[in-house]
Amino acid sequence: MPDDILVDIEDLQFNYDGRPVLQGINMKIPRGKVVAIMGGSGCGKTTLLRCIGGQLRPTGGRVRLEKHQVCEMSEAELYRLRRKMGMLFQFGALFTDMSVFDNVAFPLREHTDMSEEMIRDLVMMKLEAVGLRGARKLMPGELSGGMARRVALARAVALDPMLVMYDEPFTGLDPIALGVIGQLIRKLNDALGATSIMVTHDIHESLLIVDYIYFLNGGRVVAEGTPDEIRASKDPFVHQFVYAEVEGPVHFDYPAPSIRQELLAGVTRV
Amino acid sequence: MFSPASLIRKLGHATVERIWRLGFAARFFVAILRLSGTSFRRLPLTLREIYFSGVLSLLIILVSGLFVGLVLGLQGFETLQRYGSTEALGVLVALSLTRELGPVVAALLFASRAGSSVTAEIGLMKATEQLKAMDMMAVNPIARVVAPRFWGGVVAMPLLAAMFSAMGVLGGWLIGVVFIGVDDGAFWSQMQAGVDWRYDVWNGVIKSFVFGIAVSLIAVFEGYDSVPTAEGVSRAITRTVVTSALTILALDFVLTSFMFRGAS
Ligand SMILES: Nc1ncnc2c1ncn2[C@@H]1O[C@H](COP(=O)(O)OP(=O)(O)O)[C@@H](O)[C@H]1O
Ligand SMILES: [Mg+2]
Repeated sequence: MPDDILVDIEDLQFNYDGRPVLQGINMKIPRGKVVAIMGGSGCGKTTLLRCIGGQLRPTGGRVRLEKHQVCEMSEAELYRLRRKMGMLFQFGALFTDMSVFDNVAFPLREHTDMSEEMIRDLVMMKLEAVGLRGARKLMPGELSGGMARRVALARAVALDPMLVMYDEPFTGLDPIALGVIGQLIRKLNDALGATSIMVTHDIHESLLIVDYIYFLNGGRVVAEGTPDEIRASKDPFVHQFVYAEVEGPVHFDYPAPSIRQELLAGVTRV
Repeated sequence: MFSPASLIRKLGHATVERIWRLGFAARFFVAILRLSGTSFRRLPLTLREIYFSGVLSLLIILVSGLFVGLVLGLQGFETLQRYGSTEALGVLVALSLTRELGPVVAALLFASRAGSSVTAEIGLMKATEQLKAMDMMAVNPIARVVAPRFWGGVVAMPLLAAMFSAMGVLGGWLIGVVFIGVDDGAFWSQMQAGVDWRYDVWNGVIKSFVFGIAVSLIAVFEGYDSVPTAEGVSRAITRTVVTSALTILALDFVLTSFMFRGAS
């Protein structure tokens, strides 16, 4: 049933200045699910999210969202589509010149004709959902990292989006705040009837809350499965990730010629 | 190392880079104009920016205007005295201010005070991904953030230049009339007779309007085009101040040569 698939990514490719970042990604994100995309830093997770949101044009392949071909849409069409999407940026990206309340109210004020009273009620509900109703008058600079992330979460779901994307929602959080955000992501997804894509490298929190996991490496999907399948997996890549091993198929270096080559090159140049 | 070929290559590269960036700035300007609807439809957005860039620069403009007027009064009196025409002090002060010093000095001060802070604000919003976040929320950052700041500067600049000139005239009057004792009536009546509304004042207003467009465009462009790091933003701020100053002085020469040809 293709209609069960909200986001369908086919052979997606992307280059930064000729350097390939995504090299043929295939994913199907079913409606109503929370899907995690995992991979080491710099493997192209943020790039993938921005391709789904239409902020970056892929060099090849296709992204289908509902019945829309994201890569072929005009700017105006993309803006219309994005009203139905929410995105949580890696560091929250709250507007620093606005209070917590105004940040959450921002999408409502920009995209709806609601009265200030209705906006107030809605913002209060969203802030209540993330447990920060009391913080509505604070400025972003006065929030802790975890609180800022929760405010950004409330802002991302202010318009009740059908698709919410989270870019590394757990980085820089203490274990308790991390658990809180994880639970919130699941709770909000189910309460809104939304679909969530969560980019992260926190395997343990993901195994607890998501329905399906994709592993990226070298710009490709190298493993995928439900949390149970992942736990039971014998795949060396998955094993390395789950048990945080240093040695394995993942290399943590930026691509470069071998150190020996570079040293010799240096000698000949001088 | 320094072969002529590599020197030429570097020079060419730098030139191409500059021209490319200039082209980008021109396209950016067109984008601002195209997306200015929001700034006018939602006037509070623009009013807020007029208020910020205006109020930010108000004190420095008023104080500097006063000092420039005081100096003009002293120097002008000193020179006019040699020709025995100290009553012309009013005309001298008023003409220097409305034609040149008002628009030019106010624009230089405006660039370093308000322009730099606009660059910093937009640059930091870029560095902290606020602009990308806004774009993902289906709100165009050029329409919502850049254009109101641009128009805020364009509107604030002539107002500030006018205030600068007014304070300058007051300063010249203080020195000439109050301290040195030039005839009060002569000071004002000569000024009234010698300053032409269209030729002097209006041309000055046009100048400050053009400077306002230039400085505001440079400020928002440098912010929007900054490298999104702390260092990149600080370099962008410096570029705003330097580029604005050069642009203001060059434009002033061009405008003056078109406007004032000793017709009257
Ligand atoms: N604006 C850019 N210009 C050039 N290269 C970039 C840019 N943004 C990211 N990259 C490169 O693309 C790769 C993937 O980046 P990203 O998607 O941010 O990774 P992740 O989110 O998985 O950490 C990285 O190697 C990074 O160096
Ligand atoms: Mg990232």
